[in-house]
Amino acid sequence: MENNSNNDKKSRRDFIHITSGVTVATGAAAVAWPLIDQMNPSADVLALASVEVDLEPLQPGQSISVLWRGKPLFIRRRTEEEISEARDIDLNTLKDPELDEDRAKNSNYLVMVGVCTHLGCVPLGQQGEYGGWFCPCHGSHYDTSGRIRKGPAPTNLEIPPYVFLNETTIKIG
Amino acid sequence: MSNIKNGKGVIGWIDYRLPIFSTLQHTLVDYPTPKNLNYWWNFGSLAGIFLLIQIITGIVLAMHYTPSVEGAFASIEHIMRDVNYGWLIRYIHMNGASFFFIVVYIHIFRGLYYGSYKSPREVLWWLGLTILLLMMATAFMGYVLPWGQMSFWGATVITNLFSAVPIVGTAVVEWLWGGFAVDNALLNRFFALHYLFPFLIVGVVILHIVALHTHGSNNPLGIDRKGPQDSIPFHPYYTIKDLFGLSFVLTIFAAVVFYAPDYLGHPDNYIPADPLKTPAHIVPEWYFLPFYAILRAVPDKLGGVIAMISAILILFALPWLDTSKVRSATFRPIYKKFFWFLLIDVIILTWVGGSPAEGHFILIGRLATIYYFAHFIIFMPIIGIIETPKPLPNSISEAVLKKPIKDGT
Repeated sequence: MENNSNNDKKSRRDFIHITSGVTVATGAAAVAWPLIDQMNPSADVLALASVEVDLEPLQPGQSISVLWRGKPLFIRRRTEEEISEARDIDLNTLKDPELDEDRAKNSNYLVMVGVCTHLGCVPLGQQGEYGGWFCPCHGSHYDTSGRIRKGPAPTNLEIPPYVFLNETTIKIG
Repeated sequence: MSNIKNGKGVIGWIDYRLPIFSTLQHTLVDYPTPKNLNYWWNFGSLAGIFLLIQIITGIVLAMHYTPSVEGAFASIEHIMRDVNYGWLIRYIHMNGASFFFIVVYIHIFRGLYYGSYKSPREVLWWLGLTILLLMMATAFMGYVLPWGQMSFWGATVITNLFSAVPIVGTAVVEWLWGGFAVDNALLNRFFALHYLFPFLIVGVVILHIVALHTHGSNNPLGIDRKGPQDSIPFHPYYTIKDLFGLSFVLTIFAAVVFYAPDYLGHPDNYIPADPLKTPAHIVPEWYFLPFYAILRAVPDKLGGVIAMISAILILFALPWLDTSKVRSATFRPIYKKFFWFLLIDVIILTWVGGSPAEGHFILIGRLATIYYFAHFIIFMPIIGIIETPKPLPNSISEAVLKKPIKDGT
């Protein structure tokens, strides 16, 4: 009997310890989350997450850079040679195989995040061995579709989400 | 835990080389504490917790704040509207300052009631007052940072206090401003110092705790411990008591933060600072009001400043102004009444400090100011001499055990 009641006491105390421990842990997590989340992008930063660009003034062979989410975007109106160069290619020779048709919704315009996928530098336009982009930091060569061809970068230049609002206006983000 | 002392295990290995674990064991677990502490002894640890809350939320706010005349106000609104949970963190910081003062003021009045400033705890008392002065400077500078109307004019009024100093006054004020008015230079240095001072407070708090642990806590009876039967270990008895009290205080704190976050502030501080227009009714934050009332009670610029500073400095002399050998007001029938009179007087000063300086408020403020100083300079020394204290119990444990046991356990 006595043994039994001792066990009861023990389990009741354990119950109190466990429930209070769980309560404290939940409370601590609830307090910690705002302190962590405050470092995530704030509402005003998120509000700037889309930009509209007018492509009208671009002539074939011209590029512009715009700032989107603090990063440069390359928008290039490609020449016929560049387009054919990008399309007439054996996918098996690519490090990160991707069709140019999948990268450029409108073959005339190439829209990419101008950040080298190696370590974040901004590649230089119309340079390098493939006539596309060349990153001066560690020597990555991209072709006229922004695909990695040579050098340490692991993947092609990123294509941001964008839509054509009309023939010559795009909305990025 | 037993591994700490015999040097076994990882903890023991480290502790043998750097005794952090045995120090923590000594100060937070084994530390012998009087067995009769009441809930008024919770407020020291509460103050420490609010200091921690202020530092954590303050560091977070500094990640989003812009210390410039052009950007400060906008960055506060940015925190309130755009930063994830920014409103919550700022409201905790704003009200945390008020709660820090509430618990520290209760902590100080606890010390006044139970004579905690008396030998051998004079240095402990001084360190506490030093923390109070640092807190006041920190709170004042923090209030300037949002660069609202109250920030700007509060900064103007308080820094102008130094112009009361004879001869070098103007030079000192221009040095503080880094210019000829409250402007960008002052905002930048206040931000730097507002970030620095809490860490100075942490340093003094550590000294405060070292001094406390040298002779141990005072207790409601105000008599020294005679032996081990008068003490219990800090853990679990007072850790759990402190946590229990903390849960109550944090509940009230949360209620204010979520339901009345601007109750203790001034709406004027949501108007951007305008150097061309002073608000009609300018008052400091509530925790400065008694001192503000004393400042205004003296009809002389320099005199007012001296009176206000003396109101705190006089507390440093308290261990000698109080001539009674008995610590606790429980055994001091006359002092006990005067303690409550002082508390009422300080409440009156708070009320007067928050009211416009006109009409009968001027007279009430002056009488309350005179009473405040009379309490310390006249009443305390005299009461200690003329008062006959009640007989003190022989020991803490005797007094504790003598109490009638209410239930059958």
